[in-house]
Amino acid sequence: MSPASHVHLQRLEAESIRILRQVATDFERPVLLYSVGKDSSVLLHLAMKAFYPAKPPFPLLHVDTTWKFKEMIAFRDDTAKRLGLELIVHTNPEGLAANTNPFTHGSSRYTDIMKTEALRQALDAGKYDAAIGGARRDEEKSRAKERIFSHRAKGHVWDPKNQRPELWSLYNTRINPGESMRVFPLSNWTETDIWAYIYMQDIPMPDLYLAAERPVVERDGALFMLDDERFPLQEGEQPQMRSVRFRTLGCYPLTAAIESSASTLAEVIIEMRSTRSSERAGRLIDKDQSASMEKKKKEGYF
Amino acid sequence: MSAVNKAKLDMQSFIELEGSKSMLKFITCGSVDDGKSTLIGRLLYDSQLLYEDQLEELKRDSKGRLSTEEDIDFSLLVDGLAAEREQGITIDVAYRFFSTSRRKFIVADTPGHEQYTRNMATGASTAEAAVLLIDARLGVSTQTRRHAYILSLVGVKHIVLAVNKIDLMDYSRQLFEDICKAFESFSRELGFNSVYAIPISALKGDNITKRSERMPWYSGQPLLTYLENLDPQREDSKKFRYAVQRVTRPNLDFRGYAGTVVGGEIAVGDEIMVAASLKRSRVRSIVTMDGNLPRAIRGDAVTLTLEDEIDISQGDVLHRPGEPLERSNQFQAHLIWMHEDPMLPERSYLMKIGTQTTPVQITDLKYAVNINTSEHLPATKVDLNGIAVCNFATAQPIAFDAYADNPETGSFILIDRISNNTVGAGMIDFGLHRGQNLSWQSFEINRETRARMKSQKPMVIWFTGLSASGKSSIADIVEQKLAAQNRHTYLLDGDNFRHGLNKDLGFTDADRVENIRRVAEVARLMADSGLIVMTAFISPFRRERRMAREIVGDIDFIEVFVDTPLEVCEARDPKGMYARARKGEIPNFTGISSPYEPPERADIHLEAGVRSAEELADEVLRMLQID
Ligand SMILES: Nc1nc2c(ncn2[C@@H]2O[C@H](COP(=O)(O)OP(=O)(O)O)[C@@H](O)[C@H]2O)c(=O)[nH]1
Repeated sequence: MSPASHVHLQRLEAESIRILRQVATDFERPVLLYSVGKDSSVLLHLAMKAFYPAKPPFPLLHVDTTWKFKEMIAFRDDTAKRLGLELIVHTNPEGLAANTNPFTHGSSRYTDIMKTEALRQALDAGKYDAAIGGARRDEEKSRAKERIFSHRAKGHVWDPKNQRPELWSLYNTRINPGESMRVFPLSNWTETDIWAYIYMQDIPMPDLYLAAERPVVERDGALFMLDDERFPLQEGEQPQMRSVRFRTLGCYPLTAAIESSASTLAEVIIEMRSTRSSERAGRLIDKDQSASMEKKKKEGYF
Repeated sequence: MSAVNKAKLDMQSFIELEGSKSMLKFITCGSVDDGKSTLIGRLLYDSQLLYEDQLEELKRDSKGRLSTEEDIDFSLLVDGLAAEREQGITIDVAYRFFSTSRRKFIVADTPGHEQYTRNMATGASTAEAAVLLIDARLGVSTQTRRHAYILSLVGVKHIVLAVNKIDLMDYSRQLFEDICKAFESFSRELGFNSVYAIPISALKGDNITKRSERMPWYSGQPLLTYLENLDPQREDSKKFRYAVQRVTRPNLDFRGYAGTVVGGEIAVGDEIMVAASLKRSRVRSIVTMDGNLPRAIRGDAVTLTLEDEIDISQGDVLHRPGEPLERSNQFQAHLIWMHEDPMLPERSYLMKIGTQTTPVQITDLKYAVNINTSEHLPATKVDLNGIAVCNFATAQPIAFDAYADNPETGSFILIDRISNNTVGAGMIDFGLHRGQNLSWQSFEINRETRARMKSQKPMVIWFTGLSASGKSSIADIVEQKLAAQNRHTYLLDGDNFRHGLNKDLGFTDADRVENIRRVAEVARLMADSGLIVMTAFISPFRRERRMAREIVGDIDFIEVFVDTPLEVCEARDPKGMYARARKGEIPNFTGISSPYEPPERADIHLEAGVRSAEELADEVLRMLQID
């Protein structure tokens, strides 16, 4: 980006790069949580920039619930290969053995086991002392108070009442044995910033963000894509082809699609700017109670 | 026009719009109930940033706890955490985002109650402007003075005085003007670059996005318009400062210094100097993944390569040769205390300044500041939310600027060495130099200081038990495990004593006592220096062990009885000592020809016959609860 224009995106970019470098310098075993979505893509792009011409000095970690969109998995593997980065994939083995799925276990227990618990397992197994994530403060209310360097006690516990004050750009990265840090370099980005940056930097994205004819089924007023044959249809549900895209990418049975004809990034951005529903509305995790995210986070969810 | 082309065109304008936007970070300050949350919620609402589902949620939440006649309680938008929502208060710093066609805004919301100073200073540290709320009914209050003082201390230069709830005072012009005057009269000394007063009603939306018809007498700008146009310029120093974060060496041909320009600017070919070593070189290239740049300005995160191979590492600061930073191991600073445990001058803390972290001590607490009156008060400690002026001394000289010249190179945080909490925030006033008689050395260094530097509690762990009972092996594993946790330890055993310090001693009773006395004295000295000391000596007599405990004095003394049955020890007999003792070749051999007096109440009693040394070591660690 040229120095004169895009002032605010440039400021955001520089701030994130600075944070990423700090993680690499101050921690022994950092890891970047790569979830394949747009925020992760921006995060990864910034990590490539932060250490250029060297490679980021940390691996990517993906918590695979086995229910991600197929295309996400392919995109993930391609990305790691294209950038020449180490990719670690973890699935909760007990969850897998018990065939934990969003249908019979319910979305909340499923998320606990296949995401939150799996993440804890993966972080423990890798002895990672810093996990870099793509969360933004504008996403959700409990995120608004999260620090950029967010301290986790033993067992990955987050104590929102006892956060370290964070002043200037002086991040306190010190931890005691057994403790860890979650780091959010995109804290000050908004959804609009992310899209504008993706467009301007031409960052590769999974096609799922673009509208295409996809097999979907309508349930409780939301559209779900039948990404494979594991999606059990209920009485009267008819699979149909519709032109849909996704605003966020997660586990396909939990990620609602929106009807759209926006098949280019430009169209998506334009469409997004005129919509009136926040991105998490497509994610079932928040529906139960508006404090559910905070509860999840205390338990170690990202 | 095709949809695709239209999208491209729209996209063009979107990108142009996004591209032309600047960013403003501001903080809102006010006391409880001044209407801060309502104001921020209103800004989000009026700038159309709420999505429908968020509005729905808000309306749902507003039911049942609404104290006003309006449909929507805007303050709910900004009260983030569940616990706070239940109590109806906010307790921390929350960041909110909204954007207009001209600007992206990041708002730090710092709620008003007892931890206010800490939270407000945190929010203000990254703010370029402040919206200071005043309840029109109360006028300029003690709180207003406090807020203004903190803003000035942290160096916020642009103030918007939002006189809120003007609807409750009949939109009175007189009242508004009186408040402005009162504020002006005391804020003059606070060094703000601009103060702009606006009469508003956050609840009713007066003078928020457009000028209110209910106050025709007000000819100024509405709040949002003013914030959109505010020029957040500061009169910071333009001197080049570059904080090195990493040395980048992907291969032998490339050596770069990744960092951020934290002051001024730099161009290819410019001469630079390393603050710590005074080594010079020239900038060969300014590298980014998007291509090399001819120059980099304040805020840019880049990688510099230099013409010469000079020694630069993480934590270094680069500057231009004629524009040095101050360099000293002593300085005076304003300190804001942020932790429940008070700041005590004799303590040593870690100080993070720029990209380096170094031990620091407060050598002189000059005075505390009463933030309501700006009065100076004598003090011996600083409590949570207290503000004080202190002299500091670091172990090594550091490079810095006065905070007023450059907040990036003049600010620091203090970190507790044991908990690693951020306990204080400092703003450097000026460096202190020779002859000012406040050197690091003149300061009393005691056991606590040394222990804190090692982030641990010193102690003596006294292993006792028969020969071959496993004392040394267990102590050895304990030491390894402690070291793995970054603990500083030392193991005293026969090997390092009999051949050195105690080589003049034999095995007579008197010599045995002297042996233990010396071990205990050395253990005490080492623990006094902050170490976790382990001793592994048979020490068969209760009286000797009591003597050792007394010598060690007020340092924790943990007696570990390695209780391995004699048969087991004898069967192990690694050096054939038991066999020789049985044959009568070794007189006074403990267990055979000399008694072992088991401890009556050992601090840790290890049933050691069958379990592995590893298991026993883990038990010791568990009992010690060191981590
Ligand atoms: N009449 C009137 N009431 C207001 C105004 N601004 C806020 N309030 C009310 O004052 C109370 C405290 O507001 P709140 O935003 O929660 O204050 P905070 O503690 O500063 O965040 C609430 O009952 C608001 O509805 C205003 O401009 N006019």
